[in-house]
Order: sequence, then structure tokens, then C-alpha cells
Amino acid sequence: MGLNVNLCGIELDNPVIPASGTFGYGYEFAEIYDINVLGTFSFKGTTKDARFGNPTPRIAECAEGMINAVGLQNPGVDKVISEELPKLSKCFNKKVMANVSGFSVEDYAYTCARLDKEEQVGWLEVNVSCPNVHGGGMSFGTDPSAAAEVTRAVKAVTTKPVIIKLSPNVTDIVSIAKACEEAGADGISLINTLLGMRIDLKKRAPVIANKMGGFSGRAIFPVAVRMVYQVANAVDIPVIGMGGVSSAEDVIEMMMAGACAVEVGAANLINPTACRDIIADLPRVMKKYGIENLSDIIRCV
Amino acid sequence: MTQSVFTIKSNIALTESVYKMTLSGDCSECRPGGFVNIQLTGRFLRRPISVCDAYENTLVIIYKVVGKGTEQMSRMQPGEALDILTGLGNGYDLSKGGSHPLLIGGGVGVPPMYMLAKELIAGGAEVSVILGFNTKEEIFYENEFRALGADVTVTTVDGSYGVQGFVTDAAKGMEYTHVFTCGPEPMLRAVYKSIKGDGQFSFEERMGCGFGACMGCSCKTVTGYKRICKDGPVLRKEEILWD
Repeated sequence: MGLNVNLCGIELDNPVIPASGTFGYGYEFAEIYDINVLGTFSFKGTTKDARFGNPTPRIAECAEGMINAVGLQNPGVDKVISEELPKLSKCFNKKVMANVSGFSVEDYAYTCARLDKEEQVGWLEVNVSCPNVHGGGMSFGTDPSAAAEVTRAVKAVTTKPVIIKLSPNVTDIVSIAKACEEAGADGISLINTLLGMRIDLKKRAPVIANKMGGFSGRAIFPVAVRMVYQVANAVDIPVIGMGGVSSAEDVIEMMMAGACAVEVGAANLINPTACRDIIADLPRVMKKYGIENLSDIIRCV
Repeated sequence: MTQSVFTIKSNIALTESVYKMTLSGDCSECRPGGFVNIQLTGRFLRRPISVCDAYENTLVIIYKVVGKGTEQMSRMQPGEALDILTGLGNGYDLSKGGSHPLLIGGGVGVPPMYMLAKELIAGGAEVSVILGFNTKEEIFYENEFRALGADVTVTTVDGSYGVQGFVTDAAKGMEYTHVFTCGPEPMLRAVYKSIKGDGQFSFEERMGCGFGACMGCSCKTVTGYKRICKDGPVLRKEEILWD
């Protein structure tokens, strides 16, 4: 059986990738399993400067999901390179995906250029879709020309595959994906979280200090499958599918919808061995559905 | 951190809304001031609950029913199984306690004081404990602390039992080498202001994962950003920054 897939020219042992923001820099998870079983993972979103993020509470629970408004907390690109990547390399020996966010086109280009030079970085995943940061993140991902501008600026200063991570909080995700492809993107990943909100009935106030946040978890899976299907049918570059994936069946469904690799997010937070368990279960599910090689089913629907 | 399945041995009400659950399973990583994170059927996020006691494959947790998850826990029966992450949180540093540590627990901040008192006493310390509650009906575990050999003072805000007032009223005039405390934030602030010398404070925050991955429970401290779940929940007095 073949679990291997190709992601923008780099071979992955399997298509399962922990999503940025749900896996830190890997070492919390390396405490309980060998994370080298993963295809790769996308590390915590990195910005030019250090960020604390939003005030707490940052988390709210929903039926079959959760809302987070962390707000891109990270130590900044300098410390990610000097402190986090050396630690990461001790528990993970494959190429890793660097997730980058910014507040201006220049920010994105600067941070990507820095991470592009790191040997272990295999791909740059450019987040133009964070719903939790005002004046940045998502504003670049809700307008095709702004998304294209970020893509062009990053491509101009990097050598590694650039994957643009899109927001579902838009009217027409296909037009944004196409604009990124035309601007030179090597791949598209989607979906980031859906903008959501919960209210505390006793306090008559939002549960989350930031009022709104990104909704993720099993509940959003059908929305993600639909958008992956739409985008994969509209572009000729690889698509990474994500959003509510929590089982081997979900991975296969995403791939049938058009994904060549699949990110797993919130599931890691409730079951730290989620990705390992999904990978271990893939052969069983492949056999059940008569799949010899996972790469054969990409975009088969 | 370890993920394993525990079996409920007993689950009893201590007060109208506070329950004690005893479980069997591998609790070798449980320590004073640490917590466990419990998966509940039909709930997306796990429920983080402090360790009250852990010995010989027996885990004791005491929890207050505050929402749907804890309400669901309160209805669980002996024999039922729970998927639990153990070994979470930094826990208290017992080596700082000295010869006469003072332990201050308020409400559901009382349970973690139990295993701490037990281990400090086993280590030869003379332990004083202040347990703070709103009213007599809410009191639990007073006798259990006495049975450990601790010097126990109970306070109630309404004066219906023990010393009338707050835990800080009972702490006035006491002599101690170090303070360990856990309770609601207003109590922690009051303790912080009133105690002499060094102390360790256990904080609560709404968590996503409970093991340091999601950055859902971060706080600012004198020594930088910390995750309550992984770098805490216990902070040293000198590193606390109040908002």
C-alpha cells in the first residue's frame, strides 16, 4: 500500500500534517510519540516581531468544536530561528513547514525570506487568513489583489515552495485561490478557521475576551470539504485540505475532494496522539475502500 | 504527560455542588499542584481538574459542578471509564517550603492543598492550613486535613463556622516559612498583598489543550509569557504580574 504523496516536489511518507497553532514546535507531542511518523508538520505561526496575542479567555467550547482567539502569540522570527528550530530538529528529522503571518506585505516578505534560509524548512505556508488579529492576517486573504500582492512579494525573496493558507470567511474563495496561483503560489492550503462567537448567558458577555474567534473542530468539516473541492477544481497547483479532520476516513474524504495532503488541527488538542492514530488507521480504511495508493484518489470526485 | 484510561471507583457529593471522584489507573505522574485533563463523551474539550491526591494507582479529584461538563461528571457511576491525560502542570516546588509552610486554599482551591500537605508532612514539615469557604454548608475536607496532622483553620465569610472572614484574616499574626496557595483570583490577589516573604500561587485559566500546544491560556509574568497549563499553573510570587 502506498501512503506517500508528493507536496510541491517534496515526497511525504504520508499525507498527514498537524496544522499550525495546534502543534507548537512539536516537542510537547514528542513527549508522547515519535513525531517522525508524520508526513511533516506546520509549526506555530511566526511573525516578524514577538507577539503576546490577545487577552484571555482565548478559548470557548462549541458542539463538536471550539473557538480560539490566541492572536498569533509567538516569540518572533529571530527567536524561532535561534531557539525553537534547534529544539525542533532534536525531535523531528524531516522537512518542516514554516507558517508565517504578517501585518504588511513587507512583514510577510521579511519573515519568509528569513525562514527560507533554514535548512529544515521545506515549505513556507503563508497565513493570509488569521481571523484573530486586527489590521493584519485575514485582511490580506479576503481580497484577491491583496492576496496576490503578498504571494508575489514572498515568491520574490524565497526559493522554497510557497503555500498560501486561505480564509473561509469570504464570498468567493475560488477567486482568491486563482489570484494566488497567478501570482506564483506553489500551493494553496485551506481552510483556516471560521469566524465565530459564543456568549456567556450569566455574564451577558462574549465568552472570549476578543469577542470573536476562529471556529474549528469536527463541526466545520463539511464546509472545509466543500471549499477544498471548489478550489481544487479551479487551480492546477497542489491543495492541502484542512478543517475538522479527525479520522482516517476524513483524510481520504479530503483527498477525494482534491487535497494532495491533509492538515489536522483541533483534533491534536483534544487527543494528543490524533495524528499518529490517523496514520496508523489509514491502511485499514484504504483496504476497506479498495485504495492501493493514496495518491490515486486525489481529486477523484 | 501520559494518556491512559481510568476506571471510576466512587463519585460522591461532598457538598451541594462539590464532588469527590476516586479513580484507578496509572497516576505515577500526578504531583501536588499538578492537574489532569479529562475527556467526556459529547464534550469537545477536555476538563482540567487539579490533583487532590494520588497513591498506588488511585487518583482522587474534587470538582465543583459549574457547567455542563462537570454536571455530566457528577452523574457518572463507579465502573465507568474515563480517558485522562495525567502529569500536566508544573506543580508546587516542595523544596521551598521550609520547616513551617502555610497552605491557603479557597473553595475549589482546597483540593490541591491536600496532596501538598501530605507530602510536606511526610518530608518532616510542620504544616499549617487555612481553608476558606463562603459558608458552613460549603466546607469539605476539614477532617481529612486534620487526619494528616496539619494545623487546620477554617474560615467562613459569613461566620457560620470557624473564623469569620477571609483566609487573609486567619493568616494575620501567623508565623510561617513559605506560603502555598490556590483559589479564586480575588483571593490570590489578597494573599499576595498580605503575606510576608515568599510564596507559590496556583492560577486558573480557560484552557484549550492543557499541555502547552495551543497557547490558549497564556499570561504575562515578570519573566516573560507563560502558559498556565505547561509553565504553570503554579507561579512564584516574584514572577506574578497582576493585570
